[in-house]
Amino acid sequence: MTQALSTPLPTTSLQGLKCKECGAEYEPLAIHVCEFCFGPLEVSYDFSRLQVSRAKIEAGPHSIWRYRDFLPVTTDNPIDVGTGMTPLVKAHRLARQLGLKNLYIKNDAVNMPTLSFKDRVVSVALTRAQELGFTTVSCASTGNLANSTAAIATRAGLDCCVFIPSDLEAGKVMGTLIYGPTVMAVQGNYDQVNRLCSEVANTYGWGFVNINLRPYYSEGSKTLGFEVAEQLGWQLPDHIVAPLASGSLFTKIYKGFREFVELGLVEDKDVRFSGAQAEGCSPIATAFREGQDFITPVKPNTIAKSIAIGNPADAVYALEIARKTQGNIDSVTDAEIIAGIKLLAETEGIFTETAGGDHCGSAQETGRGR
Amino acid sequence: MSIKVLIPTPLQKLTKNQATVECDAANISELLESLEQNCPGIKARLCDDQGELRRFVNFYVNNEDIRFLQGQTTSLQDGDEVSIIPAIAGG
Ligand SMILES: Cc1ncc(COP(=O)(O)O)c(C=O)c1O
Ligand SMILES: [Zn+2]
Repeated sequence: MTQALSTPLPTTSLQGLKCKECGAEYEPLAIHVCEFCFGPLEVSYDFSRLQVSRAKIEAGPHSIWRYRDFLPVTTDNPIDVGTGMTPLVKAHRLARQLGLKNLYIKNDAVNMPTLSFKDRVVSVALTRAQELGFTTVSCASTGNLANSTAAIATRAGLDCCVFIPSDLEAGKVMGTLIYGPTVMAVQGNYDQVNRLCSEVANTYGWGFVNINLRPYYSEGSKTLGFEVAEQLGWQLPDHIVAPLASGSLFTKIYKGFREFVELGLVEDKDVRFSGAQAEGCSPIATAFREGQDFITPVKPNTIAKSIAIGNPADAVYALEIARKTQGNIDSVTDAEIIAGIKLLAETEGIFTETAGGDHCGSAQETGRGR
Repeated sequence: MSIKVLIPTPLQKLTKNQATVECDAANISELLESLEQNCPGIKARLCDDQGELRRFVNFYVNNEDIRFLQGQTTSLQDGDEVSIIPAIAGG
């Protein structure tokens, strides 16, 4: 194993890892599961010595690294490939169609370098991977994550090996292969690929961005929330609608908002959190509807492959947040997803993949007052 | 009856660093008891105080999640492979 304990510099707020279930504390190494209860580990910070201000952030790089003080790294030279600071578009025409007053679209379809929100999590995970001494990085992916890991690994000079389900869209596979990683196409769905990776993650001493590096990786999603708050003129929105796969993005936007409130960067406010899943893979929406606080896994059957996770790890936390914020977690059919993609393109000139159509379809439901 | 159990890294301290353990059991509940006999302390890691599997623990019998089978009463046969995996994922 190549990982070594890096001594945090005084300039970092990274403190350690903490079990979300039982609170057990760990060193910030390449581990993701609590030894005592199997709960997921999350990064904890010490913000007490942190000097932050809106001005300091605004003067930072035009990328997610303007929020470095809130990210789990110790280096002053993170892997900055221009990820983040994607447009927050005021969507007048779509809003009118949906019967909403103030609708904004966070357009991560133009994220750099691989045009999905995954560039956020991967930039953070690979920066941490280098700090921990990894020279090979890997992931289990539904497509977008593989693209992003392969591209950013190239820029960082890391070896890369990705695992994908063998039935992914050809365009997605090409978008990975072009960067020259080793690609393992596994016969099975994402959950099976993921299980395989979990079994081998510790065998080769590789950094799997969404397995042993998952605590760091998932923190990258907070930057989407940070940007929304900053781009709205340092205030929180009334309502967030986001697509849910594992539920990580959804829970981290929430966490990001809380951290900004805690540090006085924005005023506190009740924000509703609603989420969208594809009906052919909607374990979280089902649990929400049935009032359950656990999910029953499903076997995905939907065109929205990038969000087709049948056994989502952060489901219980996503459910908690949607409930306590008076939000909703809904599902939309594949036909509604296609209609959502078209509607978004025809009204706003934004052509997204299925995950974008998914939550556009769901925003429609929100517009109807559901 | 011999069942091969794949042990995840966080639990290998309890199995003397063995990644696999052989057990005798006719179903998952029995397997938990049998594991506990071989590796004392392991059951408390996998189950809560009521003896139910913790919410972040996944069991697979020959590659199938036991929640698609009969849960803890899922029966086991000689030569079956059981894999224990902490939930993770994000694609
Ligand atoms: C484009 C896109 N949006 C959203 C998500 C949701 O991710 P999470 O697993 O964090 O819920 C994914 C995940 O794969 C994705 O590819
Ligand atoms: Zn724990």
